[in-house]
Parts: sequence; structure tokens; C-alpha cells
Amino acid sequence: MSIRRFFHRSSEDSDLVQEIESHIAHDIDENIARGIDEEEARRHAYLKFGNPQRIREDVWQWNTMEFLDSVWRDLRFALHTMRQRPGFLAVALLTLALGTGATTVMFALINGVLLKPLPFPDAGRFVAIHGYSDDWNVQLFGEQNVANPDFRDCKNQSHTLDIAGQVYDNGIVSSPGEPEYIDVRNISSNLFSVLGINLAHGRAFQPEEDQPGAAPVMIIGNSFWQRHFGGMLSAIGSSVVLDTKSYTVVGIAPPGLKLKDNEPDVMIPLGQNTAGYLQHRRAHPVTVMARLLPRATLAQAQAELTLIGRHLAEQYPDTNKGRTFQVTPLRPEVANVGSTLWLLLGAVGLVLLIACANVASLLLARAVSREREFALRVALGAGRGRLVRQCLTESTILGLAGGALGVLLAFFGIRPFVRFWPGALPRAEEAHLDWHVLLFALGVSLLSGLLFGLAPALRAPARNLEQVLRAGSRMLTGSSRRLHGAFVISELVLAIVLLVSAGMLGRTLLRLASLDPGVDIHNVLTARVALSPATLQDAARTRTAWKEILDRMSHLPGVQAIAMVDTVPFRRGNNPLEFWPTPALPPEGERPLTLANSVTPDYLKVMGIRLLQGRFIDDQDQPGKPFSVVIDDVMAQQAFGGKDAVGKLLWMPDMGPQPVKVVGVVGHVRYWGLAGDDKSQVRAQLYYSFAQIPDKWVRRWSELMSIAVRTQVPPLNMVDMLRHEVRGTTGDQVIYQVHTMEDLVSASIAEQRFLLLLFGIFAGLALLLACVGIYGVLSYLTSQRVPEIGIRMALGASAANVVGLILRQSLVMIAMGASLGVIAALAAGRLLLHMVDGMRPTDPVTVAAMIAVLFVAALLASFIPARRASRLDAMQALRSE
Amino acid sequence: MGPGNQEMLQGTLDMLILRTLVMGPAHGHTIARIIEHTSEDVLQVEQGSLYPALHRLADKGWVISYWGASENNRKAKYYKLTASGRKQLATQASRWEELVGAIGRILKLATENK
Repeated sequence: MSIRRFFHRSSEDSDLVQEIESHIAHDIDENIARGIDEEEARRHAYLKFGNPQRIREDVWQWNTMEFLDSVWRDLRFALHTMRQRPGFLAVALLTLALGTGATTVMFALINGVLLKPLPFPDAGRFVAIHGYSDDWNVQLFGEQNVANPDFRDCKNQSHTLDIAGQVYDNGIVSSPGEPEYIDVRNISSNLFSVLGINLAHGRAFQPEEDQPGAAPVMIIGNSFWQRHFGGMLSAIGSSVVLDTKSYTVVGIAPPGLKLKDNEPDVMIPLGQNTAGYLQHRRAHPVTVMARLLPRATLAQAQAELTLIGRHLAEQYPDTNKGRTFQVTPLRPEVANVGSTLWLLLGAVGLVLLIACANVASLLLARAVSREREFALRVALGAGRGRLVRQCLTESTILGLAGGALGVLLAFFGIRPFVRFWPGALPRAEEAHLDWHVLLFALGVSLLSGLLFGLAPALRAPARNLEQVLRAGSRMLTGSSRRLHGAFVISELVLAIVLLVSAGMLGRTLLRLASLDPGVDIHNVLTARVALSPATLQDAARTRTAWKEILDRMSHLPGVQAIAMVDTVPFRRGNNPLEFWPTPALPPEGERPLTLANSVTPDYLKVMGIRLLQGRFIDDQDQPGKPFSVVIDDVMAQQAFGGKDAVGKLLWMPDMGPQPVKVVGVVGHVRYWGLAGDDKSQVRAQLYYSFAQIPDKWVRRWSELMSIAVRTQVPPLNMVDMLRHEVRGTTGDQVIYQVHTMEDLVSASIAEQRFLLLLFGIFAGLALLLACVGIYGVLSYLTSQRVPEIGIRMALGASAANVVGLILRQSLVMIAMGASLGVIAALAAGRLLLHMVDGMRPTDPVTVAAMIAVLFVAALLASFIPARRASRLDAMQALRSE
Repeated sequence: MGPGNQEMLQGTLDMLILRTLVMGPAHGHTIARIIEHTSEDVLQVEQGSLYPALHRLADKGWVISYWGASENNRKAKYYKLTASGRKQLATQASRWEELVGAIGRILKLATENK
């Protein structure tokens, strides 16, 4: 009643207004009938009535207070009853806190990494523009950017897009402050307006400043501002010397500004930069992003850019023939992480369900024991709805309290969890407890509260008042026992799903870790090498520089062998080339691919790859001679069937019109990682000599070459020495991306390891909760059977018989849970098969092992109440009521 | 309010309203008039308390309300006594009579002893 009134206050109020009007109207009528004239009558009536406003306020307040009062009373009663059983409260809260906490952490990650749009306003209208040429290898070199003149043409001609660009560069800042090697961006004047970002101080570049010859101006990034200007506003207007040129600071970027995932140190106008590579169309350094103008669509933008691309191809056939521009929505690159996150959310959801089932059965037990209390209240006049509301209030408070604790746990747990993630979790810094996540946590808590409150709430009003009141306090109706049984069984099912999943992941990990990677990964170091820019200008000098580096390094103490290679197994980057055993090549798109590696002769020794037939690359293979290649056994099988491959020819269009000769066959390397290699599409491998690369490609290859070093001592001890050796006479050669092979291989199964750890934890938690649930339910059911047990004992049952009796009851539940659980686990296994690399279908051994674990744990948990029952004193049992 | 007016206790107003409705359903204005007339204007009903009282009675289920047409053909909200309202009236009326009787005996005693 009061609820209805509360929610209909305004309609009641308008009703009241009409009623008051009607009253006054009647009064007026009366007065007129008495002979008073209309004006007077009206005045009298209003006077007599007094203030209608106050009446409305009174009624309104009364409606509100009644409801709030009853809610408050419910709350106080709920708190009172819960305080009486602190043990129960603690267990329930802890269970719920663990469940909701873990779920909240998972959701925070999903929210930050997958769901949040890019941190730019109006992110849906942003696009990236890439250039595509026919001969560009996107997999090796990444997506292509745009030439500066092309960028300017697109920018000026487009009517559907507001186009901005940036070029990534480096430089040395010499003043103010300490000289520093920094990250420079050349940006177009409209970049900030396209992104919709305001500068923290000062202004952005004007279009007039984006021209050659204009006064040099600069916008500085927030960290740079702090480092070199101490965060003082006097920075604006002062000058910064970059690469010996002086720029005036006109603006300061807001903190946390990221362009291409990094915060730039300084930004200068792209239009002012007269460097050669920005003036012609052969180089493509400009990263282009744009915003769709209002009312323009993606399709229109693409059509327009295709047209512009075609015009440019006609105008500048030398550079732009076959070039097109692609417009794609700008999205954060998080694809591969998504499925893992959702999988983990699912797993943690199962744990939460178990927790809820536990609390539900606890509440149910209490509700049954309060049946007499409820029956009394019904007899004294409480409505059924009132009692249901009471129960739901209790369970909702419990749910919310558990949820609040869970949020607290999540708050502390989220940072360590993110750091724990194998590899770098993209957008990890955006995963924190913002109001989306808190809302989710609130929703989950409320839902769990309602969920586990439902069972006892629906039982709360007793159907047969008299029966309940007259019956002994220990009467247990059959449906409650069934409900308890159902809870236990469902918990066991969920626990089995998690246990089997964890078991499967464990087996997978063991299997993967024992796979032969194809290389000897111990004591091998890899690193990318950046030669001096001066050296790279000339092919001959480049080759000499490489020889020098290899020579010097091989003489270092601790170095057993050293080689060069362009693409390292287990590391990102590969070079797929087409091949065919006869000159009659199949049409493009149907040719098989092989992963080509450019190497020096010692590579075999460094990597410890097995030589199966013929010879490896060696010093015979010089420039000018026809290409010699060494293939792996997989490629030998693909190209030549089982026949001997040494001496045969292969036609490879990317390596020239002449065929290449196979001089040896080596063992296969699990290039794509321990987990992914067996299923990958391109498994064939091929090696050719770096020395045989024609002069025109030497520079391009050199920019990508790495060194691989086999050491006698732990590889990481050698890094400083190697760094020193590489520096060279010019002092500006560096090594970077230094990894040991062991690290790379381990990283290739890092995801499986991580999943195993998490699923293992979840499974352990689930098993623990399920056992606590069994223990609780069995204790309760046993306590209800005390009179029965007393009778049995009086009739001669021994302690062992009693234990057997109780355990039989438990065993039935466990057996049901296990059988249903196996079915569910098989389904889960199929899901995991799809989502995790390297998994095999669920095998019976794992399932059997996990069921055994469950049986043992559950029986142990049942044993304690069983033993307690067997220790009962028969006389006392019979007497108790 | 007129001279010599007594302040009406909340409970008493409720009882009077219920009593008025025994004779049949009536709307707010009529109820007020009946109370005033029957008490010969000794009890003036303050409108500020009438409608909240009617609201409370409806909430407790002792009366129900419905919109209808009044004698002058105006729209008016009628109130009708329910079964539990009748029961409540009986209880309260007997309690009131007990109270009045007791007070009266004490007063008589007082005057007798003067």
C-alpha cells in the first residue's frame, strides 16, 4: 500500500487538487444559494478553506514518510538479524567479495581495453588514411603511409574529410636545459582541431605558419615542458634550439596527449620542413588521420579519395602509378586480446555463480529455521508481500555489502593483475575503476542479492500456518531439502567445468613446453642493429660495416658464434615469398608461400638447426652468382614430394626471373611459436645468403637486420659488451630490441601459461567454495535428521552405520553433480579449443582425474558432519526437539 | 474558527468522519458540513485536517474513494465506509464512550466534593 502510494505521489497530488477545487466549488454554490453575490461567495469560500498548498504538502509528506519508514524498519530488522549470526555474515560476505571482486577486475579490463572508445571526442568519426602500392609487403613493413605532396593534395581537394598529418622524427634539443635526444613530430596546422583537442596553454599553429619560409614555431608536450621549463608559463614565447635551429614556443599540449601511442616531446609545422624526403612522392612518411565532415559518410570519403588517387596516378605516373588510398575507421589495436578477456570474464562469472549458490543455500537454511517466526508474523497480520520484501531487503543488503568489499578488493588487485598480463596489454592504462565499472559492480551485486534472496523469499510466507505453528521447530519440508540438493549439485557442476578447463590448459602447457622448437634456444641472444646513417648511403660501405661488426664481435670472449638474420623465429616480422618448382608458375594468388630468411653462414651454428642434406649457406655464395637457397624439410615435402631436393631448382618471382638452386635441406623451426606453428598457413622455410643481395636492396635490408649470438656465458651478461662493440668509429651505431631466444620462446606460450594460472586459481576457488557449500548443507541436513539418527542408534545402528548413512546422502549429490558437470565441461572444452592456440580436444584422462579430485575433496568435506552425527548421544538426540 | 472552539484530536476527527459515513457515502465537503451542523457548529472542521484525515483513512483501508457527480452535478470525490472501517468505528466509539464516562464520573466526583 505504502509502496503504491509512494510511487504514485504525483498522480495522487493532482487528484487532491481536483478534490480541493471541487470542495471550494461546492462552498461557492452554497454561498450563492444563500443569496451572497458571486464575488463575495468566492472570496468567502477561499478564505474559509485556508491554504490548499499546506494540505497538499501534508499529504505528500505523509505518502513519502510512510514508505521510507517501512523501508527503514526493514533495514534495521535485517541488520539486527544478521548481527545475531556474525559467523554466517562473515562467510557470506567473504564469499561474495571474492566473487564480485574478481568479476569487477575482469570487467574493468574489458571496459578499458575493449569497450572504451578512443580518448578523443567524437571518436566514431575518425578515420585513418593509408596508401597502398602493389609491391608493398604489408606484413613485413606494416601498413603504408602517404607521401607529403600526396597528403597536401588530398587535404586541399577533399570535401568529405578534414585531413591532418604528422611525420615522426627525432632530433637533439640543446637548449634550454640539458641536451636531449627527443621525439619530434612534424604536424599539419589543423591536427589539434581535427582531433578536437584543446591545447593546455597558448595556441595551435596557424595555416600561414604551415608554409615553407614562415617563422619557426613549436608546440611542446607536457612532459617536455616540465623537464625543460619547470612547468612555468614563461615557456610561451621563449625559444627552443632543436638540431641547431631556434624555434619559438607558441603552445603547450595537454598532459597525456598521445599521437600514435606515444607522447611527443615537441611538435613543429610540417609545412615548414624542407627536408628532401618530404618534397617528392616516392617516400611515404606522413601518418594521416582525418575526421569525417558532418553529413559525410565513410563510403563517400573512400570514393572521393579513390578518385583523387586516380588523378594523381595520371598526373604523376612515375611515382603514383598503381597507388590508391584507403580510408578506415580509426580503432585501437586490441584485436587479439579481446577473446582472452571475454573468456576470463566467463570463467570468473562461474566462480561468482558458485558464490551466490553458497550464500543462497545459507540463506535458505536460515529461512527454514525462521519458518515459525514468519508464520507468527503472518498470523499477526503481516502481509505476504511484506515478508517477501523483508527477505529481499536482507539479501540485497548482503549482496551490496559483499559487492562493496569486492570493489575494494578489485581496487587493490587491478594494478598487479595488469602487470601480470603476459606481454603488454594494449590500452592497459585505461583500465581502472571508473563509473562504468562501478555501475557494473553495483548491478552485479544487486543481481546476486536478488538471485540468492529469491529462494528463501519465496518460501518465507508459510502456506499452512497452523501446521507450521504446531509442528516442532525441526520440521523440514521435502522441497527445502531438494532445493539444498539442487544448490550443491549446481555448485559441483560449475566447479567441474573450471577444474576440467584448468586441467586441459595444464596438459596443453606441458605438451607445448615439450615441443621441439627446432632451434637450440639456450644461450642465444638476438638484437636489432642500427648502422650509422652515413654508412647506409653506400652499399659497399654497408657490407664492409657489417663484416667489421661480425668480425669484432666474434672475437669477444664468451662469444661462440655470431650471425646476421633479418627475421628471427618467435619474434614478430617475417618475409613470405612465392615459390614454384617449375617455370610454369600458377596464377597470382594461388602460389604457395615460404618464409624467407636472409642469413650469414654461421647462422646454422648459432641457432643449432639440424642440417639434413647437402650444405648450408657459406662463403661460396657471393654476389653476382645465382642465388643458392637452403630449404627446410616441410618445404622440401611441399615442393618436391618425398624426392631428394638438393640440386633442384625453384622459381621465385620476388628473387628475380632466374631460378634459384637448392643446396641443402635443414630441420623445421617452429617459427610462429610453440603453440601456433602447427596450425599456421605458411610453414615452409627458406634461407639465402645476405651477401648475395643486390646492391640496390642492401640499404633496405640493413635497416632490418638483426644479429644472433651464441654465447658461452648467460647471454644477458654480454649485452653491454656487444653494445660497446657496435658503436663503431662514428659512435652512433646502436643495438635495440635485445632478447634472448629463451625469452622469445617462453613468450610464445605466455598466454597459455597465464590462462592456466588464472583458471587454476578459479578452479581452486570454485572447489573450495563448493566444498564449503557441501559441508554447510550437509551439516544442516544432518542437524535436521538428529531425531531420526537418535532412533536409529537406539535401534542398534553403530557409529560407522551413521557415517555411512550421511555419506550416502552426500555421494548421491556428488555423483549427480559430477555427471552433469562432465557434460558441461565437454562443452566448455570445445569453446576453449576455439579460443586458445595449441589446445587439443578434451581428453578422458583429464576429465577422469578432475572428477577424482572433486570426489575426494567433496567426500572429505562431507566426512566432518558425518562424523559429528555418528558421535551423537542417542538419548540426547531423542530428547531434543 | 469560531469562538469556544475545541481543538480536535486526530483520532477524534477520524472517528467522527467514520461516524458520518455510516449513513452513506459522501464527499469531503458534505462530510465537513454534516459534522458542523450536527454538532451545532461547536466543532468547526479545519479543512487543513480534513483531507489528510480522509487520505489516512483510505490508506488504512477503512474507507474507499471514488469519483462521482455531486448533487449540483459537479465532479466530486466520494468516500464510503468499508467493513473494516465499520469494525474500527465500533471499537473506537465504545472506547470513546468508556473514556467519556470515566472522565464524567471523575468530574462529578470533584463537583460533589466541592
